[in-house]
Amino acid sequence: MAKRIDVSDLNVYYGDFKAVEDVTMTVEPRSVTAFIGSSGCGKSTFLRTLNRMHEVTPGARVQGKVMLDNLDVYDHSVDPVSVRREIGMVFQRANPFPTMSIYDNVIAGAKLNNQRMSKSRSDEIVERSLRDANLWEEVKDRLNKPGAGLSGGQQQRLCIARATAVEPAVLLMDEPCSALDPISTLAIEDLIAKLKENYTIVIVTHNMQQAARVSDRTAFFNLAGTGQPGRLIEMGDTNKIFTKPDKKETENYITGRFG
Amino acid sequence: MTTATQPTATGSSGEGPDIQSSGLYSRQLPTYFPAALLVVCAAVASGAFFLLGAFHPVPVAAVTAIGYLVAVTTSSAVVENNRRAKDRLVTGVVYCCFAIAVVPLISLLSTVVVFGIERFDLYFLSVSMNGVIPSMDAGGVYHAIVGTLVITGLATVISVPIGLMTAVYVVEYGRGRLKQAITFFVDVMTGIPSIVAGLFVVALWIMVFGPGQTNGLAGAIALSVLMIPVVVRSSEEMLRLVPNELREAAYALGVPKWLTIVKVVLPTAVAGLTTGIILALARVIGETAPLILTAGMASTRINANPVEGDMMSLPVYIYKAVRDMGLSGEAGVYAEERAWAAALTLILVVMLLFLTARLVSRFLSPGKG
Ligand SMILES: Nc1ncnc2c1ncn2[C@@H]1O[C@H](COP(=O)(O)OP(=O)(O)OP(=O)(O)O)[C@@H](O)[C@H]1O
Ligand SMILES: [Mg+2]
Repeated sequence: MAKRIDVSDLNVYYGDFKAVEDVTMTVEPRSVTAFIGSSGCGKSTFLRTLNRMHEVTPGARVQGKVMLDNLDVYDHSVDPVSVRREIGMVFQRANPFPTMSIYDNVIAGAKLNNQRMSKSRSDEIVERSLRDANLWEEVKDRLNKPGAGLSGGQQQRLCIARATAVEPAVLLMDEPCSALDPISTLAIEDLIAKLKENYTIVIVTHNMQQAARVSDRTAFFNLAGTGQPGRLIEMGDTNKIFTKPDKKETENYITGRFG
Repeated sequence: MTTATQPTATGSSGEGPDIQSSGLYSRQLPTYFPAALLVVCAAVASGAFFLLGAFHPVPVAAVTAIGYLVAVTTSSAVVENNRRAKDRLVTGVVYCCFAIAVVPLISLLSTVVVFGIERFDLYFLSVSMNGVIPSMDAGGVYHAIVGTLVITGLATVISVPIGLMTAVYVVEYGRGRLKQAITFFVDVMTGIPSIVAGLFVVALWIMVFGPGQTNGLAGAIALSVLMIPVVVRSSEEMLRLVPNELREAAYALGVPKWLTIVKVVLPTAVAGLTTGIILALARVIGETAPLILTAGMASTRINANPVEGDMMSLPVYIYKAVRDMGLSGEAGVYAEERAWAAALTLILVVMLLFLTARLVSRFLSPGKG
């Protein structure tokens, strides 16, 4: 199920603007990898290159190599659609489908792909995914109401349920908890801890405690300066990064003395 | 806008000293003041004109408006402050402009209703002009209603797929030169005079079927030429309103692009798309010139077959009736009545369309599931 991601010498561009430079890293299977770093340093951009969502932006392109186990994700013969079926994603801003009910939003992955499944099977998937995302109790009586009628935090949990419902091998989460209350955040963290038994998880977060709590490995990104591309400064075991990082920059950022 | 919660000049006496000394206090005209002032102005203006013996609604309205604007601005400047005076002046001007814009519309509608109702009844709606000679107090508009429905219906069936798919191409797939060219030509097409669209189809028909062939299909194609660019334009706007995040959400679930468009983008935009299409339809339903050229104006009988002979439509019917108004005696009077009644029918058909558009967009809009 879970797969390893190997990135080598990756450069990411928006048109002529180089947003991320020269990243080489390995994301281990059955573990949680956290990306931390200051705003605008390219965490989201880099994350989106992993499942080929980056190229959806007009003018955006990627140089370098991303391997999913033995598959070169950017090989010419690889269909980005099938890559995205393997590598799911939760976005920074909640984006439930406004035309669909809560129920349909959760099984949107199957529904939009015209997959047939029995009613009992889809009921089961919906309940499991919503329970995992700590949303079931709140919405179980109104599954047929529109997903856009939920609060911002509920919508985000709905999006998480939607992403896990298709059971991807890798789950990319871009600040999934930035709109959530502490209780839901804890629930999501529990979910992450549970999911990592079977999946590979990458999470972007601005919350140091969260990174320390949930992740096994941490990658720190930073900008060389304004207008410069973001770089991977250091990556290692979360314990090590948070206690004795190799680089001064990392230590400054983690202790809140970055500038 | 004044709100009821703010203290009025008289009501603040209780806690007056506190509020007044706080620097936030300003005297204010009572809420009912503008309305009362307007009534006073109108009364004074109509009284004056009445005494002069020259009462007419237009000058009375003009004097009322000017009087009101001057009075409300000065009294506000005196009692309140400069900012409020300006606010009241501009509010008044905006209301005046609104009234000026609405008056012709109401006048037009009421004229059509008043004149049209003479002949507008079930009989008029349910018979054609077959065998009716000008001096007969008979005949109706049924064949024109049928013709209008068939022609505009066909035009919609032709334009909507072409227009919608063009819009989808431009918004979702189009890149570079080709996209620019399409957008440019759609803009050019929007500006095509309707008579030219009619001529185009006449020329096409002569090429294909030989001269002298007029029928409903030709009319429908002429209307499509006018309708397609409007459909493209409005659909483009609606598709652009669909947030990119929804497309990305679908992509991230491994949904291919075409399925994303069919199952996420179009359903999200469906209310706006429908409204746009119905507005485009309302825009072409009153076209006369291209239909005279392409569908003919000789038909007096009910003809629902678009490929067999002339087809009457409501606007052409009105045009014909207006031309017959020149006939002497009863015939001219009947023709005039028919023209107004048909105009009323056409307006009602268009209003029905708009009502449908409203209902459809209400029921289809997302989040009302
Ligand atoms: N669609 C885009 N087109 C052009 N430039 C972009 C686009 N999206 C992001 N960028 C630029 O790429 C750089 C990295 O942005 P990114 O969104 O990856 O930052 P981030 O690390 O996720 O920040 P945050 O923590 O605030 O989410 C920024 O300089 C940003 O301005
Ligand atoms: Mg980001």
